[in-house]
Amino acid sequence: MKQMQPLTITNAKVVTPAGVTHGALRCAQGVILAAGPDVGPAEGDAIHDAQGRLLAPGLVDLGVFAIDKPAFHFGGITRAGLMPDQSPPLDLPSRVGFIAKSGKPDLWVHPLAAATRGLEGRELAELALMQDAGAKAVATGRRWIGDSGVMLRLLQYAAMLGLVVVTHAEDAGLASEAAATAGEIATRLGLPAAPAEAEALAIARDIALAELAGARLHIRQVTTARGFDLVRAAKARGLAVTCGITPAHFLLSDLATADFRTFMRLSPPLRCEADRQAALAAIADGTVDVIASGHDPRGPEDKRLPFADALPGMAGAETLLAMTLGLVRDDVIDLPRAFALLAANPARLLGVPAGALEAGLEADLALIDPHAPWIIDRRKMEATADNTPFDRQGTQGRVLGLWKGGVRIAL
Amino acid sequence: MAITDLTAPAGRFPPGRLAFPHRDLTGIGKLARHEILYLLDQAHQWVALNRQSAKHTDLLGGLTIINAFFENSTRTLLSFEIAGKRLGADVVNMHAATSSVKKGETLIDTAITLNAMRADAIVIRHGSSGATGLIADKVDCPVLNAGDGSHEHPTQALLDALTLRHALAERGEGAEDFTGLNVVICGDILHSRVARSNILCLTALGARVRVCAPPALMPSGIEAMGVEVFHRFDDALEGADVVMMLRLQSERMSGQFIPSPREYRHLYGLTTKRLALARPDALVMHPGPMNRGVEIDSEVADLGGRSLITRQVEMGVAIRMACLDVLTRKARGQEGWA
Repeated sequence: MKQMQPLTITNAKVVTPAGVTHGALRCAQGVILAAGPDVGPAEGDAIHDAQGRLLAPGLVDLGVFAIDKPAFHFGGITRAGLMPDQSPPLDLPSRVGFIAKSGKPDLWVHPLAAATRGLEGRELAELALMQDAGAKAVATGRRWIGDSGVMLRLLQYAAMLGLVVVTHAEDAGLASEAAATAGEIATRLGLPAAPAEAEALAIARDIALAELAGARLHIRQVTTARGFDLVRAAKARGLAVTCGITPAHFLLSDLATADFRTFMRLSPPLRCEADRQAALAAIADGTVDVIASGHDPRGPEDKRLPFADALPGMAGAETLLAMTLGLVRDDVIDLPRAFALLAANPARLLGVPAGALEAGLEADLALIDPHAPWIIDRRKMEATADNTPFDRQGTQGRVLGLWKGGVRIAL
Repeated sequence: MAITDLTAPAGRFPPGRLAFPHRDLTGIGKLARHEILYLLDQAHQWVALNRQSAKHTDLLGGLTIINAFFENSTRTLLSFEIAGKRLGADVVNMHAATSSVKKGETLIDTAITLNAMRADAIVIRHGSSGATGLIADKVDCPVLNAGDGSHEHPTQALLDALTLRHALAERGEGAEDFTGLNVVICGDILHSRVARSNILCLTALGARVRVCAPPALMPSGIEAMGVEVFHRFDDALEGADVVMMLRLQSERMSGQFIPSPREYRHLYGLTTKRLALARPDALVMHPGPMNRGVEIDSEVADLGGRSLITRQVEMGVAIRMACLDVLTRKARGQEGWA
């Protein structure tokens, strides 16, 4: 669906990378023409009065496990980077090509190519052909690649293609059977656990190999103090290393697992409170580049099980924006930084012309009431499954309107 | 053998259901000190009954108790079965292999099925931590945890406490609880639900607990449970009043956690020589089944007057009778409990 008529959204608090200004945004033919205080509608424009609400870029959710359009639209997500962990995995150009077109026109899905065939961590998949078919990055999937030789060759190959490599950081030898982070809670519950250092080990190796290969490395989730330290140090040395996190790991600690609630069974597992505090510090100081939903809807057949037998994952698309706006309310970050984490940075990693309210970028827009209160209720979710770790929690921030390429999406 | 009168004076516990206001017994961690003491007190009458030739009451007549064991067990299953039968209940055993592929759905479905059969109590053993609590949420009758993964095995801890209480009373050292008693728990602490339940129970009753295991079999952060951590058994034994040995699964001592059984015995086997490092009259316990010659030598296991291992089995039946009695009082309409 093409934008037929130029649109100007007036009377908005426009979130631009430079700051939040009161003004308007004008777009035509799916592209932003101008945004800011001096912008006004031209003759023949459709006009939408934002009534002083927040106008922000549509969210770019990097690293989801399922395409769940109603949940994404509820959460203000206009583009999603889909993990290759599908059934079958996204390790062939044909599958990538199909997925790349699957969400259009109102949701753009950017497939992440499986780094290795079958995601088994042994043989490289056809990355260049998948790139031509629409893959915007390469991902190791839910698991870490244990074989350092394979990982090095992968990073070298991806660097040649200019694709970022998205990794999962848990040392396989330590974390294989683990359902929890080693510590008091896991010990009391008697859960198979891995030390938090499993993450730092994996990150340290991957950073070393990425430096050797001259590759761009994005660690999809960093969740421990030592992990953040490694990323911080790599960035200080000028390496092309970035990292992300999901709201679960900056809002919850392993205490939340104390009643064996399987909605708290995540990968990587929830960490101790000190690591959660380190995550907030890393978001504040710029170490973290991306906040993603990790959207992974799981039904009762996967979750209504004993804790260690349940599959990890959470339905996060609907709560991503509100939880991140919580960081703004708590003065951890400001609004421009919040939308850098939610949109601009992931768009840059994927190499797509979106993620900010700047002239020339796609008119993916979200009109937001950042203060609107609501209660997260798993019985009333848009997602295909109800596995939110934030059930019954009060929060603030709702999407009032969403445009993809200048065309309004019915919410 | 004369039983020391440990019967509590009236008024020691809250009246009626307030003495034990739980529907289920999923773990010692959910119990307060006085609730543990209440169950121990309640078991004394069953110790006495079990020592008579006619060991039967009709207290639970007409009730159906299902023992649903998703993990192999001989002695715990037998102990629960005998306990239920001696109380006059209809006891049914259900063996469900954990190896079935969709064990998860099977678990919930099984719970719903057992519930539909109108069981009056369900005893569950399962290989996954937290499984008992999951089932308890789905059924309308009391659920007793007979071991869930590495989480808890509450009746084992209660029977160990009852055994100790009797043994100490016979020595004239009996007290209401175990204040000041030094207990060493040695073995595979990491995977042991017996260790966790015993740590919770013994510390709640005032004992000082030391845990001893090689580093690979010691869970991280266990100090937070109020225990002292040892890796050298000889050090842990110094001044110990009670030595509790744990069984080490054979698959864990063939290179995965321990190089070999004989190496394990070398460092952690309870031999006569090693037992001499503890207090001269130190008591020896083991939840069974034992690997004789590995974690415990036969001479120690069979040491008259000091090894409580067969007494533990005896007390196991009594404590399970007490738990079944207390948890079914509401259903039986007992005054103050209904």
